[in-house]
Amino acid sequence: MSPLVSITFQTTDEARPIIDAIAEDNPEATVNVYPSMTKIDCPGRLVIKRSSIEHRIGRAFDLQELQLNLITLAGNVDEDDDQFVLEWHTAARSA
Amino acid sequence: MSIADKSTAKPRKLGLKERYAHLTRGLGWETTYQPMSKVFPFTDYEGIKIHDWDKWQDPFRLTMDSYWKFQAEKERKLYAVIDSFAQNNGHLNITDARYVNAIKLFLTGVSPLEYSAHRGYAHVGRHFVGAGPRIACQMQAIDELRHAQTQIHTISHYNKFFDGLHDARHMHDHVWYLSVPKSFFEDACSAGPFEFLTAISFSFEYVLTSLLFVPFMSGAAYNGDMATVTFGFSAQSDEARHMTLGLEIIKFMLEQDEGNVPIVQRWIDKWFWRGYRLLTIVAMMMDYMLPKRVMSWAEAWEIYFEQGGGALFEDLSRYGIRMPKYHEVASKEKGRLSHEVWATFYNYTQATAFHTWIPEKDELDWLSAKYPETFDQLYRPRFEYWKEQSDQGKRFYNNVLPQLCVTCQIPMIFTEPDDPKTICFRSTLYKGERYHFCSDGCKDIFLYEPEKYIQSWLPVHQIYQGNCGGATVPEVLNWYHMSLGNDNMDYQGSPDETLWNEWTADRHKSAI
Repeated sequence: MSPLVSITFQTTDEARPIIDAIAEDNPEATVNVYPSMTKIDCPGRLVIKRSSIEHRIGRAFDLQELQLNLITLAGNVDEDDDQFVLEWHTAARSA
Repeated sequence: MSIADKSTAKPRKLGLKERYAHLTRGLGWETTYQPMSKVFPFTDYEGIKIHDWDKWQDPFRLTMDSYWKFQAEKERKLYAVIDSFAQNNGHLNITDARYVNAIKLFLTGVSPLEYSAHRGYAHVGRHFVGAGPRIACQMQAIDELRHAQTQIHTISHYNKFFDGLHDARHMHDHVWYLSVPKSFFEDACSAGPFEFLTAISFSFEYVLTSLLFVPFMSGAAYNGDMATVTFGFSAQSDEARHMTLGLEIIKFMLEQDEGNVPIVQRWIDKWFWRGYRLLTIVAMMMDYMLPKRVMSWAEAWEIYFEQGGGALFEDLSRYGIRMPKYHEVASKEKGRLSHEVWATFYNYTQATAFHTWIPEKDELDWLSAKYPETFDQLYRPRFEYWKEQSDQGKRFYNNVLPQLCVTCQIPMIFTEPDDPKTICFRSTLYKGERYHFCSDGCKDIFLYEPEKYIQSWLPVHQIYQGNCGGATVPEVLNWYHMSLGNDNMDYQGSPDETLWNEWTADRHKSAI
């Protein structure tokens, strides 16, 4: 299995739709719930899509708003206006 | 273009990548009044070669307007909670007053490091040539100052009720066990700018701080400390950006010049080991100081280092970077670290600014379950013996000052990697003097830069030389600004315990 990328959010009302969007857009992801925080692990690559979050919250969303509820992450980050990607290049290379 | 066209054409909003490019490209220039080497005097001497500074970019692409907007939002959320916590006597809702001792250790050991980080990043933010890393470092310098301030503000509420929180800055600069975090950061801040970033942004922030802020803060939440978990997670929301800076700077150095690889590898080896030794206190906080526990130190090490760090170093292997040296020793120690350290603080409780205790029976059972290979065989009998002695009025205090490791400054309490019953001693001769180390990791670090480490301000040596207020415990405590019998000794019988019992007794009474 590819090494896991990981992202952790506070379990808050703002973060819940983000967590749901990630779980739906990344079917291989595992959602782990700890006291007050939620850690999402995914083999190799994980993508957060602005459109999926906007669809859930019913308003425009700036992906940089992720930072308000973000606790930690593991993986290389690449962010633009539409998506936030977290990946290990080892996984991309072997894929 | 006609006037009519102009008025109907909507001004195009710049995308994130364009906004970031405008901020970080073209703002720097080659100086002409003074040579670049005089304007940026620290960029070359470490041996790191950079050919194109513009190759570095912040993957979050944070611009100043977004930075201020989001940081202001974080502060508003945090201060709403801090105010609410203070207004509602939030300290009464924690699981047990023993918990506050973890906060005492945090305020004296960790918060001053946030301030040191602020200074460190302000310094390197000035001295890098490229605009991208300079801006990222300047933002981080402001973040770190915010962390120090919000931690002091939050914990000031506890200072109204509990002992040991009254003079954290003074204690950080004077107290024996606090020389461990203090010297760690001074080692980093007195290195060159590239080593500083490898030390703090990469090894500490990326590889290791999740162990401090994530499971420990989750533990604070679990123990009812709404204020600490909120500043912890507010700080950690910046930390995710800092970690990314750490990974990017490493990749940047490795991609710029092949000759940088061995230099970076040596720094990773050094700062992994320095950071791991520093986290010893976190191991103890997680296993012993949280009345309700979330996960053990060993479990946190497995998730955040063995799994998370393993994936990271696999990613970096394409540059020729391997796992940090002695990572396997850290994994061998994961079943003993917290127990060896808590036992040491229990021994020296007369000289600590927090209280110690023998874990309750259900807590010992939790440790037995979490550490099936080590706890019952090696540590439980010792704690039970000390409890028995204490119950008979013969509470054991260690009155001999311990030998310290010259590099990490921790007493020589750790055991041999392959034998948990033998203390690990290493030493070397340098210019006719013998220097002692707790591990091969710390000895290697000394041997590479002996002239730096022979200057270490070692608390035990300083006490024996008469530089710490006097030769007796009360004199030294006075010099530490600790109040004997209030700030130190066992939790059992402490003013903290008396106060807590009064409050909780009132709670039971009014419940009837």
